[in-house]
Amino acid sequence: MNGPWDVIIVGAGPAGLSAAIYAGRARRSTLVLEKGLPGGQILVTDWVENFPGFPDGVTPFELMRDFHKHAEKFGAKVETDEIDKISGSEGAWLLRGSKNEYIARAVIIATGSAYRRLGLENESRLTGRGVSYCATCDGAFFAGRDIAMVGGGDNALKEALFLTKYCRKVTVIHRRDRFRGERIYQERIFANEKVQVLWDTVVEAINGGDKIESLDLRNLKTNNKIHLPVDGLFVSIGTEPQTGFVRGFLDLNEWGQVKVDLNMETSVPGIFAAGDVSDACPKQIATAVGTGVHAALSAEEYLSRR
Amino acid sequence: MSDAIVQGGDADFEQEVLKSDLPVLVDFWAPWCGPCLMIAPLLEEIAKANQGKLKVVKINVDENGKTPVTYGVMSIPTLMVFKGGELKDRLVGFRSKNDIIDLFMKYV
Repeated sequence: MNGPWDVIIVGAGPAGLSAAIYAGRARRSTLVLEKGLPGGQILVTDWVENFPGFPDGVTPFELMRDFHKHAEKFGAKVETDEIDKISGSEGAWLLRGSKNEYIARAVIIATGSAYRRLGLENESRLTGRGVSYCATCDGAFFAGRDIAMVGGGDNALKEALFLTKYCRKVTVIHRRDRFRGERIYQERIFANEKVQVLWDTVVEAINGGDKIESLDLRNLKTNNKIHLPVDGLFVSIGTEPQTGFVRGFLDLNEWGQVKVDLNMETSVPGIFAAGDVSDACPKQIATAVGTGVHAALSAEEYLSRR
Repeated sequence: MSDAIVQGGDADFEQEVLKSDLPVLVDFWAPWCGPCLMIAPLLEEIAKANQGKLKVVKINVDENGKTPVTYGVMSIPTLMVFKGGELKDRLVGFRSKNDIIDLFMKYV
């Protein structure tokens, strides 16, 4: 048994590490548990240019390395473990990890979200064989090739633009007739000669043997079917909150996000949530930071009341 | 980087992986790949915990172009298990430590 800690934060992305800075400065014993490398999902992107205070942009790797350093500077401990169960009662929450069991007086859930899949038949089989969820990881394998990108949000547009650096042609497939992503990315997409956009279109099948060969598409308005030969398919259709280990324990909303009140407290007193995993965060680093700080302040108030 | 992990490449792939007496877990990665950096600490732990039973070889796809093509790597991180010179299994993308352990456990 490891603890008791005043505050245990599950997840070391922007929300979790921001919470750790504040909990540490409140002089609370603070442990951050992260299943991979501190930084989280943001490490998958190539470049951050909308985080306030960095007018010239910053790599997510550098940014998150400094978040990590900042949290440790004020006393938080950051360790690797994956939590798969939470139990116990108020004042003594029990977190079961793959290495250890931990006990905490207050808990902040900041496990973030992971990419969503299309849910098509050949998708899993062809993942790593032309189907990818990470343009920055895999773009270089498609140099000079024709690829498709599914999605219309910030990340899809950003990744499509990134892929134009390598690929011959990028076809963006979007189910609606306009993009949701930031206007500045839309302008760059429309100005890029390598990009073709197929509006109102969905992917109905991914075809290929040892590797991807083509897509079957359908226009939702005209019902026209299109057969599109591709060398790669990148998928960016949103994310799913990582709430497996709190299901049945905390109230979730219809999208599986942890419900929080105006103080970032969940349905269970003493347990807070912040960042993408909560229902209060619009999936930006800056809002993850804001909700993380708020959760830590609320946890501090909760601990001083008890 | 711990010495429990071997840095391999095109030149010594046969020696380090195909001719290895131990089962080998190969990690195709690159320094600019976020999820590759995210699983790196997990592979360190796995390599240390399984010393003498499993060999962990990392291959930087930036510096080694041939081996990834031979094995059809189109996404990183890709983990592969080799035993007796044969490719037994593969796993693509960021995975939990338990998923990685499940991948090689039946071969050690």
